[in-house]
Amino acid sequence: MKINDVILKTVAKAVVLVIITFGIYLFFSGHNTPGGGFIGGLVLASAFVLLFLSYDVETVSEGVPISFKKLSAFGVLLSLSSALAPVFFGKPFLSQSFGYFDLPLFGKTELATVTVFEAGIALTVVGVVVNIILSISEGTK
Amino acid sequence: MMNNILVFLMVLPILAGIILIFFRTNRRVQIVGSLGTMAAVAIISIYLLNKIQNTGILRLDFGGWEPPFGILFVADSFSMLLVVTTSIVSLICLLYAVIAAGKQMSTLYFHPSVLFLNAGVIGSFMTGDMFNLFVCFEVMLLSSYVLLTLGGSKRQVREAIKYVSINIVSSWFFLVALAYLYGSVGTLNMAHLAERVAEEGQGPLLTTVSILFLLVFSLKAGLLLYFWLPGSYSTPPAVTSALFGALLTKVGIYALFRVFSLIFPHQPELTLSLIGFMAAITLIGGSLGAVSTNDIRKIAAYNVVIAVGFILVGLAVSTPSAIEGSIYYLIHDMVVKALLFLIIGAMISLTGTAQIGKMSGLMKNYPLLGWSFFIAMLSLAGVPPFSGFIGKVLISEGAIENGHLFLLAVSLLSSLFVLYSLLRIFKNCFWGETIISKDEQLPLHKGILVPCVILVLLTAGIGLGGEGLSVYVADAANTLLNPQIYIDAVLGEQQ
Repeated sequence: MKINDVILKTVAKAVVLVIITFGIYLFFSGHNTPGGGFIGGLVLASAFVLLFLSYDVETVSEGVPISFKKLSAFGVLLSLSSALAPVFFGKPFLSQSFGYFDLPLFGKTELATVTVFEAGIALTVVGVVVNIILSISEGTK
Repeated sequence: MMNNILVFLMVLPILAGIILIFFRTNRRVQIVGSLGTMAAVAIISIYLLNKIQNTGILRLDFGGWEPPFGILFVADSFSMLLVVTTSIVSLICLLYAVIAAGKQMSTLYFHPSVLFLNAGVIGSFMTGDMFNLFVCFEVMLLSSYVLLTLGGSKRQVREAIKYVSINIVSSWFFLVALAYLYGSVGTLNMAHLAERVAEEGQGPLLTTVSILFLLVFSLKAGLLLYFWLPGSYSTPPAVTSALFGALLTKVGIYALFRVFSLIFPHQPELTLSLIGFMAAITLIGGSLGAVSTNDIRKIAAYNVVIAVGFILVGLAVSTPSAIEGSIYYLIHDMVVKALLFLIIGAMISLTGTAQIGKMSGLMKNYPLLGWSFFIAMLSLAGVPPFSGFIGKVLISEGAIENGHLFLLAVSLLSSLFVLYSLLRIFKNCFWGETIISKDEQLPLHKGILVPCVILVLLTAGIGLGGEGLSVYVADAANTLLNPQIYIDAVLGEQQ
């Protein structure tokens, strides 16, 4: 029997946009206020989970052709590279630095290398969470 | 000077593991990548071990945050000796996997998992922070869950459920113990902890916390709480059992040595007697287990348990010679347990059975395998000139000096049980009538014996060349017995 889920699908489309925006906001606010890569990543992952629930795995995989296993590996790679980079400048492993730049539109903005590290964490969390949900939904046949 | 090189011991395996995930289907990249990484780790760790002898303990403060505020890696002789042995044994086990395991195994994330396991083990040996120790334990455990279930046979999944649940419970205890510790002394840096515990005096509350740590680490090490060990170590493929038998329990043992020599050494009459008591029961239980089963994999797994008891007798006795003996025995046990599990894996793949009664006369068709087993047996029983001998002599010497005659008797008696349990395998499986004729025998892949022979040479080498190791071992024991050296190195100025 086919369930009529027009309302779910329509609402999901709008809500996913809100969730993703909120996730990105949490990610960037994490530098000095509550938030950060892990929490932002979890919220972003929940957007994907909602998509998988309201549509089906095939449709979403077609729209978002990413291998989530590789995404999480890429995330760790990104974090690790940003942790390793200071080694080449004669600083201890995991050193962070930051500076203030005048950007068009944003004005004076603080740019910190820790953001790259956090981005890696966010990608890893998204990859791992979505991967877990997908593995559970597959089950054994 | 910056000691960034310390972190590479842990970062190289992680980095290589991640890159290997991207090349999952390419078997050659998997093999070259993992072997190359472990070889690089071995070379760096040997270099560092030698450097420590000249410069003293090395440390690296992550991100430049000085202790006790930041997390740091500390390399002293004890941890570096273990890292050297870990990387060499893993390298040899990987070599065995490359030769023996099928294509399917190597494209199923086997190599990345082994690398992550090594990162966790090496991180646990090197970290100078209790919470970081917990994190490294988790890295190691997560990879061991993957390795244990890889292949997914029914037996493996059944044992994995037990293994995973017992480890989740013990990790939870670990967290609780950390919370109590942090709540009572307000720091998690090991050297800082040692200072604060010494200042406050190790009262009843802190001693209770230390017992909680004892409980956690004995679950991981298989000290007294080894009930989960024989089952889960005997189910996975030979390489995985070899890695588990060689590495995993040793991390728990390392943590016990570190914590009870550095942080909680002030109530020896309680903590060390308790460890001695647990070690004695472990020795008795392991010995009984080893002679009570006909499954050769289980016999090998119970031998892991006996070794854990034996090494901790050294900690319970805690004289310089006993601690040195324990360190020798730790190194010896990593090498020889890997050898034992690899030989047993080869025997099972040749005969298709793990029951003693069902195989016989292997010696005639596979003499090299038989003699490798014979040497592993002698080494485990502590017969000179192989590597088990030095450790046993030194631990016994320490026990006599300190008057722990009961522990001495139990530990020496357990050696006889080790010998007897392995002699049963040797007599029944290698001697006796050859069941299959020369033409019917399964051809033994020549390469499988290469890792075994390397390990045999290593155990003989450690036994004969023990003198060469003694500088490092003496330094390691000295640091364990004089925690102030460690504390000064960590809390002093960065050199």
